Amino acid sequence: MQELHLPWLEFSVTLPLLGAIYIGLLKNRNAAYPQCVILCVVTLICALGEWIDFMTFHIFEAHDHWDILETIFHRDIFVIDELNAPLIPLAALLFLMMVLSTLRTKLGRFSLGGTLFSEGILIATLSCRDPWLIIALMSLATVPPWLEMRSRKQSTRVYSLHMGLFIGLSVIGWWLVPKDASGIPQTSSSLALWGGGMLTAAGLLRSGIVPVHCWMTDLFDKAAFGTALLFVTPMTGAYMIMRIVLPIAPSWALQSIAIVSLITAVYAAGMALVQTDSRRFFCYLFLSHSSLVLVGLELLTPIGLTGALCIWISVGLSLGGFGLTIRAVEARMGRLSLSKYHGLYEHMPTFAGLFLLTGLGSIGFPGTIGFIGMELIVEGAVEIYPLIGTMVVLAAALNGIAILYAYFRIFTGTRHVASISLKARPQERFAVLTLTLLIIGGGLFPQPGVSSRYHAAKELIAHRHIKTVPVKHHKETNKQ
Amino acid sequence: MDLNTLFHALSVIVLVMPALLLTVLGVTALLNRHLSETLMARWTEVTVTVALLAAVSILGIMLFSGQRYVSVELGNWVVIHEQHFHFHLRFIFDRLSVPFVILTFVLVGTIGAFANRYLHREPGYGRFFLFYAVFLLGMVIASLAGTIETLFIGWELVGLSSALLVAYFHERPSPVVNGVRVWAIYRIADAAFLVAAVALHHLTGAGDFSGLMGTEPWPNGTASLTEIQALFVGLLLLIAAAGKSGMVPFSGWLPRAMEGPTPSSAVFYGALSVHLGAYLLLRVSPLLDASMTLRICVIALGLTSAVFGALAARVQTDIKSALAFASLSQVGIIVVEIGFGLRYIALIHIIGHACLRTLQLLRAPTMLHDYHTLENALGENLPQQKSMIRNLIPEPIQKRIYRFALERGHLDAFLDTFFVRPFIKVFTLCDGWEKKWTDYLSNNGPSRDQNAEEQTVAKTDSMEDIK
Repeated sequence: MQELHLPWLEFSVTLPLLGAIYIGLLKNRNAAYPQCVILCVVTLICALGEWIDFMTFHIFEAHDHWDILETIFHRDIFVIDELNAPLIPLAALLFLMMVLSTLRTKLGRFSLGGTLFSEGILIATLSCRDPWLIIALMSLATVPPWLEMRSRKQSTRVYSLHMGLFIGLSVIGWWLVPKDASGIPQTSSSLALWGGGMLTAAGLLRSGIVPVHCWMTDLFDKAAFGTALLFVTPMTGAYMIMRIVLPIAPSWALQSIAIVSLITAVYAAGMALVQTDSRRFFCYLFLSHSSLVLVGLELLTPIGLTGALCIWISVGLSLGGFGLTIRAVEARMGRLSLSKYHGLYEHMPTFAGLFLLTGLGSIGFPGTIGFIGMELIVEGAVEIYPLIGTMVVLAAALNGIAILYAYFRIFTGTRHVASISLKARPQERFAVLTLTLLIIGGGLFPQPGVSSRYHAAKELIAHRHIKTVPVKHHKETNKQ
Repeated sequence: MDLNTLFHALSVIVLVMPALLLTVLGVTALLNRHLSETLMARWTEVTVTVALLAAVSILGIMLFSGQRYVSVELGNWVVIHEQHFHFHLRFIFDRLSVPFVILTFVLVGTIGAFANRYLHREPGYGRFFLFYAVFLLGMVIASLAGTIETLFIGWELVGLSSALLVAYFHERPSPVVNGVRVWAIYRIADAAFLVAAVALHHLTGAGDFSGLMGTEPWPNGTASLTEIQALFVGLLLLIAAAGKSGMVPFSGWLPRAMEGPTPSSAVFYGALSVHLGAYLLLRVSPLLDASMTLRICVIALGLTSAVFGALAARVQTDIKSALAFASLSQVGIIVVEIGFGLRYIALIHIIGHACLRTLQLLRAPTMLHDYHTLENALGENLPQQKSMIRNLIPEPIQKRIYRFALERGHLDAFLDTFFVRPFIKVFTLCDGWEKKWTDYLSNNGPSRDQNAEEQTVAKTDSMEDIK
């Protein structure tokens, strides 16, 4: 396997993990904040370095230079390929933006150390292709939100039950899938089908597919908004499905997942429209979009898969920014109710603009990063399911209504009277400008992104075929 | 410089100027560097005038050279060769698009100059001109689009700016409620448009209008679809057009849109935006030739909208609503003309109607003053003439028609009863079930944050404002 020029992946994983320990030892939160920001910036630079370095090779996969983990375990633990290459910098960017936009007054409720720990685990998960390790890391990632909810004296039963089920299904599922000597899963036996089914259920549960989505709304209700946002926005459930389920699942199973995801997309979009709490509103909006990503991923056509990979990035950026805006407004106003008008436009026009822009970006409005991805997903869905595929359009339409509705509720109405300035701080303005540039830049010049994602989609489909061919061949030999 | 290069240069000017205006206004707003009113007005004047001159030059050269159809290729915005997927940026200048784009620049320029005075020192002056720039860009793209996907981009930009301008006076709830309503209708229309675009892609292999209607210049194209295909795509586009132009059953948004400031009402809902649906039907008019059923549907929809608009306009008590329904009546007639294949008549009708309605809407705020001037000049009240038709219709039927018109055809009530309320009811019910389920999982304790629950305890329909 080709080597990168530097151990970017190991840096990206170890820096936040070591940083978490260091920040945890610091007593003064105000002093820890700038250091946490620096750590996030350096992690982002490493993640970007890894992406750029990988792009220069024009290959499907590569691993770190001086791969220490490979030396110890004699196998590639962290691998970068076309699927995860842009997802790692995206995750690092989201964490940086979140830390950067955290008000000092909120540092008591938002754990910087825990955030860095989660960042390290997330980047490790996204860098990893080994199923056992992915399951272990994703299980570990469930701990910080659980601890936070406990420390806030909130009921953790809904979250614990769902995450416990997720861990159980993942572990038993992968254990049931028989592997040959080379480690390639065999999908011909009934055990494999059971295992595959359990893994699929685990992936869907983690992605919040209806009817096992309630843990997500519960998490947004009870954990800090930033923690919940960072836990769900990178879409690790979809990543798990791509890495573990896609190579072993038969096409009919994947297309069934696509239909379930399509139903979730429409259901969640409808639910977003009747919510009166901004966090739950965001959660359903996100659920609808992440389900659309799953729809495209499971279509298994180059166009559908390209669309899904494009939307994955655009949803991460757009809804990450959207959530960040709601969080910034919440930090100033408290929990936002959507049953009344807040009249905040004059106080925070920058946030109002970002709210609208990120919201429109997420629904694939022309000129934003999601536009071409949404076109591709609709095209792909209609190609496979001519009538049902139009539900993607319905979900997008409902999401569009929901976004403008929430915008009006939060930013319009009788002007809010405030005794202090509610304007965006320079750090927040920096976050706003960065996200705006990425959302509009990606929308105006979509070709590089689409080409890269199309190449990834093609390779993923090709790799899936390579993995399934030996199994077929094996069966034919047995018959003879 | 040969003719093609000249066309290309002029067309780029036509397209770039609105984009430049939007960029300047958008970037300065984003960076919190607010431009002065004078500077904004100057920018608007310069960009609109230069683009108008370029568009008029194109018309002049086309008339002089006898060219009826000029296609400007800006290349592929996105292309995946292996999958034959391409998002082609192609703009066409023909007998339909050139008059429409010139009309757009003339009316938008006039409104810009008017709004500069009308909104002087308004807190939302900058916001108005930002949305105005979005609208202008959307109209220009939609007018000149050579592919259905490009038209969709313009279509969406027009929709967004319209909804935001309806809610321009956002400190009052009513404009905001109406803004959401307009946006909701637009999104439904956009969904129909998008499905039509995808269907067209699948049926013809591309979204180019030339692929759909052949290379003959408008209006002589011939649809390359079968009757059933033309009917399917055509009906979807008809829904999109009905939503955008406020035709039956979506007419309810038209008077609501008058909540916006007068300049935007005049140019958007009285003149340009309201005709965009008719423009779409004109652009794809060869489809109508391919399906008689589609043609009958278009005529029926136009006729219904025209009659409804005429009835509703007569009983309105405020001038802007009366003008909105009068516009609907004319749009209905234009759609009937398109259905009958009178394409040039329809285009001329659009241009004439748009100019007249803009003038009427701009004069609307001073109408009482105008009436007083007239009455002072006459020395008596203006004469009230009874309609001849009223004598022919029995009194009870007259009353029924009056109530029907006064209730605006119960169209909003129809949409609310059969679509909005059931939708809210179903999802509110699901929300309740989810709460019970999470309460149960939480060991019968409260599963939702108590503080949040207290804040959102008002369990009224969160969509009540869309009613």
